[in-house]
Amino acid sequence: MNVPELLAGRRICVCAGSGGVGKTTTSAVIGLGMAARGLRVCVITIDPARRLATALGLNELSNEPRRVDVARWRTGLTPGTGDPPGTAADVEPAAGELWAMMLDPKQTFDDLIDAAAPTVERAAAIKANGIYRQLSSAVAGSQEFTAVSKLYELAQSDRFDLLVLDTPPARNALDFLEAPQRLTGFLDGRALQALARPTGLGVRLLGVGAAPLLSGLKRITGLDLVSDITTFLGLLGPMAETFGHRARAVEALLRSPETAFLLIASAQAGSIDEAVWFAESLERRQLPFSGVIVNRFHHDLVGPTPLGDLEAALTAALGGDTDLAVRVAETMAAYHALAVRDDAELDRLRTRLGEVPLLAVPQFDAEITDVSGLARIHAYLFGSEAERAALIATLTA
Amino acid sequence: MPALLDHRLIFVTGKGGVGKTTIARGLGLLGAQQGRRVIIAELTPTCPEGGIAEIELDENLFFIAVDPQAAMEEYLRIKGGAVGSVLAHSRLFATLAMATPGLRELLGMGKIWELAQLERRTRDGDAYDLVVVDAPATGHGVAALRTPRVFADTARVGPIAAHAAAIATTIAEPDFTAVVAVTVAEEMPVRETLSLADTLADDGLQLDAVVLNQHRAARFSAEEDEQIAAALAARSPIRPGDAVAGALSAARSARARAEAQREHADALTARFGDRLVRVPALSDDPEGLAPAVAHALVKGL
Repeated sequence: MNVPELLAGRRICVCAGSGGVGKTTTSAVIGLGMAARGLRVCVITIDPARRLATALGLNELSNEPRRVDVARWRTGLTPGTGDPPGTAADVEPAAGELWAMMLDPKQTFDDLIDAAAPTVERAAAIKANGIYRQLSSAVAGSQEFTAVSKLYELAQSDRFDLLVLDTPPARNALDFLEAPQRLTGFLDGRALQALARPTGLGVRLLGVGAAPLLSGLKRITGLDLVSDITTFLGLLGPMAETFGHRARAVEALLRSPETAFLLIASAQAGSIDEAVWFAESLERRQLPFSGVIVNRFHHDLVGPTPLGDLEAALTAALGGDTDLAVRVAETMAAYHALAVRDDAELDRLRTRLGEVPLLAVPQFDAEITDVSGLARIHAYLFGSEAERAALIATLTA
Repeated sequence: MPALLDHRLIFVTGKGGVGKTTIARGLGLLGAQQGRRVIIAELTPTCPEGGIAEIELDENLFFIAVDPQAAMEEYLRIKGGAVGSVLAHSRLFATLAMATPGLRELLGMGKIWELAQLERRTRDGDAYDLVVVDAPATGHGVAALRTPRVFADTARVGPIAAHAAAIATTIAEPDFTAVVAVTVAEEMPVRETLSLADTLADDGLQLDAVVLNQHRAARFSAEEDEQIAAALAARSPIRPGDAVAGALSAARSARARAEAQREHADALTARFGDRLVRVPALSDDPEGLAPAVAHALVKGL
């Protein structure tokens, strides 16, 4: 199993996972690799590492997709020592195109308002509203909401064969799914409208009069806030319906068989537990969960062979330098412990995943900041099972 | 300025994946080992079992995963009287409140604040000497820290404004609240840590400590690295399972990784000086990690 097989027949690839597991880098590799196979690909990212963006010639990332200039990738190549497994030639798109955009949540939100508002004046009034300003620039929620919104917009356009979404950085990977719902729940304002109309269906269904609810709301939020929200929702008026429609359309798109959710995890402690929990959440929501990519695992350099009297053997290999041999042996012991731990964690995840494919990428010595680094990851994600095994074997060299 | 663990509230934040949870648990354990009654509070829980229960992990060490909705229900029961309990059971009200921008964060911070009070509001709530907050990733973490002030300014009047203002004042009190950033020596986490320090400075706050996690000190000099490389080359072609070759490779890899970290570690040292605490890369399994981290922190604090 590899990425092209995982993504066969899919138009959308959502790279989900908690923060710091390598989502952005993985998204870039998937974009490069699929473009190299002749597809028109667009990668939607949030905040790429500066060096990585520069290496790809993406200094001028904007809220609209920009084409990645292939010629500039070469300038990001640094001459490696030895032959890195995977070279830049592997990821140069032949017939395909690679596009990238960096999501600007505020701009995307403003564009949505501009498109939905009946008049320019109404759009301006909404954008000047305090609640809107807080809403559109709040970290929690607006990134997620605008990311799926942009994804939907691009999916409608048919400009691309494949969209790769690098989900916003969040502690909780599920925020990506829940935050847009929370936001639309607020925007379409049904709850508040029900409260504002004492005879509203919502209130009657509850069997509670609106008066205590409203006074309770005042009691905990303060009156001015409520009137600010009411003003905002009043301005939004029928546009709220548009947001509701869009939210449902996005939801349908994410559930469609054309979409693949890839869970990105890291082999570090704690990340596997989150991956297991996230996998369960995706399945519970009946989202198309297609595979897991585990980054940064420590490959066991010796396997089950007992270390024996390693110090003595190392001393001999290092020409009698006992002090150095002791430190090398200590380093090996620490590395071996990491490898054993990572192996156990991966096994645990595999057992839990059952049929869902898992691709593992080892920890590299250097930070991945250039195209040759991406090419090394590419070799693991796009190669066959046998090619991956051969790469792992070369790690001891 | 009191020592880090002598604050009542320690806010631990940093980019995703740098080990915030591990460091927060290490700090909590260290505080408990030194005789404080400590609770580790996870804000925006990573697991679905969020609630409001204070669970005893160890002697003097407690844990709570703060679920904003549960926090709201508790708040309503305590403050809202009869109407409050009706609201606490109203799904409509919960939907509205949870969707109101910033209210989730405020409720989470409200619960944290409550935990840090010597006079607890909750029935049977015993006081804690130290609350260690395992906060959300940097952006969300700063948002959570700012929420009470923003709310106090937006709502202006009413009990929530007053309460939010009280929380904001407490957070701004340097003897009461400390902020700790966790990072690793890589481009993005270091950049986020530096910009976090700037952002906090704008709010009149400062980073009391920066934990450089998974730090790899250089163990081999350039000459030694050449010596190791030559020894490795001499064993070529390498037999599968050659432990000596494996060890030599591991040593080369360790040196390369330490070198890759050095530039970033230097940038952190230049900015934070002796506020920088190094915690080495540890290979302990998940259960053994917190004690190992606590041990490493003792040396740095």
